[in-house]
Amino acid sequence: MDPSTDLVAMHMSDGIVNAPTSVIFGVVAVLGLAVCVAKARRDLDDRTAPMAGLVAAFVFAVQMLNFPILPGVSGHLLGGALCAILVGPYVGALCVSIVLLLQALLFADGGLSALGTNITNMALIGTFVGYGVAVAMRKLAVRSRGGLIATAFVAAWVNTVVASLGFVLEYAIGGQGLALGTVFGLMTGFHALIGIGEGIITALTVGAVAAVRPDLVYLTRTAAPSLEIKGARA
Amino acid sequence: MKKLPIAFYAGFLVVALLLAGVVSYAASSSPDGLDAVTRTGCQLDESGEPAGGECIAQNAGEHATANSPLADYTVGGSEGSTGVAGVIGVLATLVIAGGLFWLLRRRSSRDETPSRVE
Repeated sequence: MDPSTDLVAMHMSDGIVNAPTSVIFGVVAVLGLAVCVAKARRDLDDRTAPMAGLVAAFVFAVQMLNFPILPGVSGHLLGGALCAILVGPYVGALCVSIVLLLQALLFADGGLSALGTNITNMALIGTFVGYGVAVAMRKLAVRSRGGLIATAFVAAWVNTVVASLGFVLEYAIGGQGLALGTVFGLMTGFHALIGIGEGIITALTVGAVAAVRPDLVYLTRTAAPSLEIKGARA
Repeated sequence: MKKLPIAFYAGFLVVALLLAGVVSYAASSSPDGLDAVTRTGCQLDESGEPAGGECIAQNAGEHATANSPLADYTVGGSEGSTGVAGVIGVLATLVIAGGLFWLLRRRSSRDETPSRVE
């Protein structure tokens, strides 16, 4: 019963926000994931399905690698932009969600009742915001590998900071213990630093994949992400 | 159908296994940004766990799966087993995520004929 003295918990625990807030974001997460499952199919085929499984496994591995950002404070990859750039936003959100689910169920990391908030922040907000930034920078990303790497860095930094704002929102709705302004300042401050690490890891990973298999980078492989899918080369 | 990039897949998996199995020992053990925020204002006991004070972590409950054999990224709580737990986690993630995505995928055009079987 003795709770471990290790500080390995990386995500929100049970009780950090109250039960109604957990339920609200549980519903948000379920609805968001249902959309992702429906839309992911379009982006999955014999080649990209194994890739997506590997990307999820890679995110699990890298999330274990906490890096120091300040004395006594560390950060770790969230992975949303990384996944979105490599396998698309819908599949990517599922990748991060599966990692969070396994961490909560098997590794006692991230509360079960906090799965909704954790999935909302890291898998939904982080992935789609990161993807939005990457799409906005797509012209640069397709120009050269350097452009893609720069895009990956920026998308990942924004994904980290905005995901941390998800926590601030949830705390504002159903948390207590610290002044909201303090929570906002500390969360965004820490995550502006963590985002640099997230950006470096994402840029290195996307850059490495693009060097070996550019055809496996979703962002630059797909035609401009609009409605042009119909009638594309088949 | 084009050939699958098996060598690339294998290389990617090896990198993930090395990160989780070996590099994980070098990870920082300081609380992450979120934990640092929820512990702000806490009085910590000698083992570093929140034990009083006015802070967010005061409201956190014991984890429901704290007795899982892989809890806290160890195998049965034994010291130095982080790498093994990490490798198990990578493989479990690959099987679950890869399996789900494989089931969800569009079948390649050849067997796209709407056969009712399967």
